[in-house]
Amino acid sequence: MSLLSLKQMKTDIGQYHVLHDVTLELPEGGVFVLLGRNGAGKTTTLRSIMGLWQPSPGSVTFRGQDIAGMHTSDIARLGIAYVPENMGIFGGLTVEENLVLATKAGKFDQTRLNRIYELFPAMEKFWTKQAWSLSGGQKQMLAVSRAIIEPRDLILIDEPTKGLAPSIIHAMGEAFREISVDTTILLVEQNFNFAKSLGRDMAVIDDGRVVHAGTMTDFIANQELQDSLLGLSA
Amino acid sequence: MNTAVTHPANKGDLIVKAIVLVIAAALLFAPFLFQDVRSVEVAARICIFVVLVASYDLLIGYTGIVSFAHTMFFGFGAYGVAILLKQMGPGWGPVVLGTLAGVTVSIIVATLIGLLSLRVKAIFFAMITLAAASVVLVLASQLSGFTGGEDGITYRVPDLFKPATKLMVDEDGKVLRILGVKMNGKLAAYYFVFLTCFILFLFLLRVVASPLGTVLEAIRENEGRAEGIGYRVVAYRTFVFCLAATMASIAGSVYAVWLKYTGPDTALSFAIMIDILLMVVIGGMGTMWGAVIGATLMVLAQYYLRDLMAVASEATSAIPLLPDLLAPDRWLFWLGIIFILLVYFFPAGLAGTIMKKESH
Repeated sequence: MSLLSLKQMKTDIGQYHVLHDVTLELPEGGVFVLLGRNGAGKTTTLRSIMGLWQPSPGSVTFRGQDIAGMHTSDIARLGIAYVPENMGIFGGLTVEENLVLATKAGKFDQTRLNRIYELFPAMEKFWTKQAWSLSGGQKQMLAVSRAIIEPRDLILIDEPTKGLAPSIIHAMGEAFREISVDTTILLVEQNFNFAKSLGRDMAVIDDGRVVHAGTMTDFIANQELQDSLLGLSA
Repeated sequence: MNTAVTHPANKGDLIVKAIVLVIAAALLFAPFLFQDVRSVEVAARICIFVVLVASYDLLIGYTGIVSFAHTMFFGFGAYGVAILLKQMGPGWGPVVLGTLAGVTVSIIVATLIGLLSLRVKAIFFAMITLAAASVVLVLASQLSGFTGGEDGITYRVPDLFKPATKLMVDEDGKVLRILGVKMNGKLAAYYFVFLTCFILFLFLLRVVASPLGTVLEAIRENEGRAEGIGYRVVAYRTFVFCLAATMASIAGSVYAVWLKYTGPDTALSFAIMIDILLMVVIGGMGTMWGAVIGATLMVLAQYYLRDLMAVASEATSAIPLLPDLLAPDRWLFWLGIIFILLVYFFPAGLAGTIMKKESH
């Protein structure tokens, strides 16, 4: 059984039909990459899964449970974390407070905390700093750290490399690789080089529809397909 | 290695806490330091308003909820005690039952308002609370057989708080004086007010320092993000609304015992709501310490600015124009000027600005 299943998901935002037919099967484990041009509907797909936009009933199932129409907080409690494009951190709170918010009982599991320190040493260094004072890369690290401070089944990550320095992007890639060993990641990414280094499975979304789905290895091998779907050149 | 929530104290924190400590000490020893009826009256009012302002700050400063119904809950507590003391006569039973009745009504009304309207935009919620407070104010005036109407209710309080009650006596059987202060029921009443308010304030401090306080700050900063990490925002906002209502209600009950009178002007009027708002702004939103500073300054200004201006007017009698400008009748004008200056120079309130300035 798939971890997450989207079946002909439709989402309207006001009078606009943004997603027309998003159908995806997300297997458990690894990184699943969602590619597509600007405005294709990638972010709306993630937000619809999280219940931030209401998708059509019966179109989203997580571990066999229909979650379309559920409240966002209930979806989060099922074990799905969301790292939005703008990182979604609380600038007025410290690094520690941002992380403690995402724990179940307001207490840290020291093993998980140590793992975060290993992945992102900056988190320990800036522990008592208010989040607004962090750099863009550090904010992104905090957002990802918050997603993994508790065990999750699925993490939705929206364009984590946007505006980051190459060294930070590299560190982020390493972290995702390690996280994906025991947690499934659904990654929306415009940076194809970053995406192809991580993805096991992938799909391309265009004009609110999934126009291609398969393995990343096959997609990398098919230059013609890349050009037609993403407008990429070698 | 970091394992627990820690906040390093900065110079600003220490300055603000030192100011609050001085105010707390002054309130603790107020009957001994300022031995006149008016001063003790002012000290008791400061204690009550510290709780009212701190509980309101829990709403507006910590959670971002704008409500105009805080005096309504204050009124429920005050009328609960007042009505039962009037009906049942003086005693601890009516005080306890009246307080419980006020708190119960406050929680029910806060839950209803919260669940029905905390989903809507902040401005609509504020309007709903304003409407609810207006209805209760009108009802308190109209139901004169029950609430005493515009005249309010006067009643007797438990014997312990009667001025004639001797807490300690000397060898001649007269009321004992310590440092010139009579050990009588009035002193007991003041310390009843002080201790109750002190405990309530400590409780509010504990709430904002707990994980719940962090969740509330997260909700204030961004509701959607708080939902996204698993917090049911409406439930939290409703809970905090009920908690603040409970605190305001207990403060109202204590004030009713202190005043021995409850009427629309002392318990429900919008003037009290405006005072609370001004105190929150002066002290600083989102800091409990600010509630102490804001309430103290505002109450002192309300009671002593006229006196101060009379002295200033007399001192400047030789200078043209100034004595007229400083005439005691113009105290509200000067209070407004002081408020504008405070907002200009301390945009985050006194406590908020000092804490921020010294932390950078």
